[in-house]
Amino acid sequence: MTEHILRMVGITKTFPGVKALQDVNLSVRRGEIHAICGENGAGKSTLMKVLSGVYPHGTYEGEIVFEGERVEFGSIRDSEHAGIVIIHQELALSPQLSIAENIFLGNERAKRGIIDWNRTNYEAAELMKRVGLRENPTTPIFDIGVGKQQLVEIAKALSKEVKLLILDEPTAALNDDDSAHLLDLLRGLREEGITCVIISHKLNEVTAIADAVTIIRDGRTIETLDMAADDVTEDRIISGMVGRALDNRFPPHESSIGEEVLRIEDWTVHSPSQPGRKVVDGAGLTVRRGEIVGLAGLMGAGRTELAMSVFGRTYGVNISGKIFKDGKPIVIRNVQDAIRHGIAYATEDRKRYGLNLIDDIKRNISAAGLKGLASRGWVNENEEYKVAEGFHRSMNIKAPTVNSVVGKLSGGNQQKVVLSKWILTEPDVLILDEPTRGIDVGAKYEIYTIINRLADQGKAVLVISSELPELLGLCDRIYTLSEGRITGEVAREDATQERLMYLMTKGQEKLS
Amino acid sequence: MSSITPADVPADTATGAKGGDGGAPRRPGRVSLGGVSLNLRSSGIYIAFALIIALFSVLTDGALLQPQNISNIIVQNSYVLILAIGMILVIIAGHIDLSVGSVVAVTGALAAVLMVNMGVAWPLALLITLVAGALIGAWQGYWIAYFGIPAFIVTLAGMLLFRALTLTVLGNQGIGPFPDQVRTLANGFTNGYLGNVGLGPLGGADLFSLLIGLVAIAGMVVAQLRSRNARKGYGQSVEPMALFALKMTAGAGLILFLVVQLARFKNLPWVLVLLAVLVLGYSMLAGRTVFGRQIYAIGGNLQAAVMSGVKVKSVVFWIFVNMGVLSAIAGIIFAGRLNQAGPTAGNSFELDAIAAAFIGGAAVQGGVGKVAGAITGGLIMAVINNGMSLIGSPSERVMLVKGAVLLAAVAFDVWTKRRAGGTR
Repeated sequence: MTEHILRMVGITKTFPGVKALQDVNLSVRRGEIHAICGENGAGKSTLMKVLSGVYPHGTYEGEIVFEGERVEFGSIRDSEHAGIVIIHQELALSPQLSIAENIFLGNERAKRGIIDWNRTNYEAAELMKRVGLRENPTTPIFDIGVGKQQLVEIAKALSKEVKLLILDEPTAALNDDDSAHLLDLLRGLREEGITCVIISHKLNEVTAIADAVTIIRDGRTIETLDMAADDVTEDRIISGMVGRALDNRFPPHESSIGEEVLRIEDWTVHSPSQPGRKVVDGAGLTVRRGEIVGLAGLMGAGRTELAMSVFGRTYGVNISGKIFKDGKPIVIRNVQDAIRHGIAYATEDRKRYGLNLIDDIKRNISAAGLKGLASRGWVNENEEYKVAEGFHRSMNIKAPTVNSVVGKLSGGNQQKVVLSKWILTEPDVLILDEPTRGIDVGAKYEIYTIINRLADQGKAVLVISSELPELLGLCDRIYTLSEGRITGEVAREDATQERLMYLMTKGQEKLS
Repeated sequence: MSSITPADVPADTATGAKGGDGGAPRRPGRVSLGGVSLNLRSSGIYIAFALIIALFSVLTDGALLQPQNISNIIVQNSYVLILAIGMILVIIAGHIDLSVGSVVAVTGALAAVLMVNMGVAWPLALLITLVAGALIGAWQGYWIAYFGIPAFIVTLAGMLLFRALTLTVLGNQGIGPFPDQVRTLANGFTNGYLGNVGLGPLGGADLFSLLIGLVAIAGMVVAQLRSRNARKGYGQSVEPMALFALKMTAGAGLILFLVVQLARFKNLPWVLVLLAVLVLGYSMLAGRTVFGRQIYAIGGNLQAAVMSGVKVKSVVFWIFVNMGVLSAIAGIIFAGRLNQAGPTAGNSFELDAIAAAFIGGAAVQGGVGKVAGAITGGLIMAVINNGMSLIGSPSERVMLVKGAVLLAAVAFDVWTKRRAGGTR
């Protein structure tokens, strides 16, 4: 029983400046469910992209052996042809087309270019029966829920004679019933001899369903655990996922903490795409003057959604809850209100939400605080230049002048522009969402120094981060968020990676 | 807020790391001539304009730049240029307006009905027409900004709606003639208030026009000098004095040439005065007001603008209101020039205005463009039109050339962007 359907050996994948994967090994036995666990950014998705040919052969080092043969995939088509199908977290379905059309998309049941609709719908119905999807094959995708859409993806995979099915966070967007059904289905597929690789943050599901677990951390394989032989617990997996060395990558800092600035109570946010699903569920937190508070959570926990819904309802529908600023209840209906109340939010997605990439540094810096640089609607461009030049120097933005186009800057310098923009609005509370994502180590240190400075100036800072060492090195207090709920609040001195990861992977009901 | 100084921000964040990248890469799309760097993408249009004028001057044996012809080019194209001013703002914000031709027709018709049929005094009639233009813009702006229908659809519908309204009002015939004052505004010239002066071999010219030209030149030089000194006062680098003087001389020469030629013909056309005011005003609106900045922010990255607190809906709404008002001005001038409001007025003006904006350097995705660029784009088409008809080209060939110029201008824009390793 040691026949391996897949062996990835010594996989190394480098992006400019970053080693995303370093000598990673993965061996999957035929007919098992193999889980891959790791923190956000550990390299799980990159590994799957290497396997499925998104990163074609030649752009990585190492070798892939599938079904006993060395394979060199040049594209997703090649890997699908070999029988490897990957289902991404964001489903790749066409919402206006029917279930049957989606199942056979790119693989149409046709004769000489003419679609055979009877055969399409008949075969779709057969596949739907196999995955337990009770719907009419002609129902459009937008009419069925996410759980059923997930099943359509699996049916689509089955239509391609899949041998190895890869699921990236398959239950992240599903409710408990749908999740349970999906896990049952995976067990059923295992009976049929289909091998599954499942990437998941939900460790209870991993321990319930997986035959083996490979743990990846910082782009390296840490270990592969055989669930049957080793009697693996969730805690055992957590200790593999974390255990990252804490080094002196953080500037020393003593916070002087004052009174409460921002308090959020009973904050509930519903998903705009799936009405009824709570993305944030009764969350509450406080941030005090001069304090750096962390918000830890895995992908899909609702961190960004919590922040954006507070910041002028820029995410979510049916938002309820209370916000207090300096002890007084406030209402924030839009971004203008948020800015007026002294709240700033620096986004995790700089290019999409943070910057006008085709414009220059000075105009990006002034974008949110422009009214302060204008009188009666006229911008004082010299004052604007002066302010931007001040940030250029004090934030050490590496560009020849403030007239340089922002799109040409490195990630770290773009982040400094975003921070400058929000500091210019003179906020009392700064919410920094993944402030060091995609930034090299040197620039990270600079960003940490800036954050400490802001706290020293009496601002309240809420840092959202996927990197636990970052939160431990930076924050005075850390909240953990899991499935939209605050599952813990840990003071700096009590915080360890294991404790945080434990809280981040548990539902609240299991805690109490 | 304006008291913010660098002291308010972290001062010594640079102490940490020295690593990272050193400076931005060299910018492609730029040529360097004797130490003067020139951005091809933004100044290419002006070079092209100069080349096209030179080309047609040669082809027409100088007829292009004769006093009367210059006057004709301005008067005949003024309404498209006015529309181009509004259109460039719409396009910078990432939208489009296909209805302006029909709005020109319906506002012209309204002005005619008020003045000719109902005998309303002309100043009041003009005011009512402008308000009507604003309401039309508000109607379209509501559907686009607040209801969320793409501008392409809303204004395509508007194109039909307002043409239908024109036909309903006018039936199949035109209404005219307009009061003299309106005709003068659209088609007339400033009076020779101060008589003529002799300009030697150039013959007699209107003194008032020449004085206006000198005032304009003085205004330009003073304004530019003050802005230069203010920037120097803030410690910004400014271009060397020699280059500045060269630029000012070239600008003054251009204005002087234009004014002298016009003064030799029939003084200044009133529409040129109006156009100059609009171009100046809207250039400042686009470049130097909060509202103008927000237009660029919306077109550059809509999501980022929302997340920076820009009231996107309100800005888009007002852009379309403005477009409606400018369309009404163009409608009045067009009807006044023909001395009647006709059912086919403004046909395909929207295409000319859109082409002017894109030839003038606007980007298809929005976020880029200048009022001066759109005017130059409109003038390029005007010169091609005029020059080709002077040398007797048939209209289908003029159309062919205009189409090729539009395609080439946008292709050049896309090409420079790609060479610069565009960010999207």
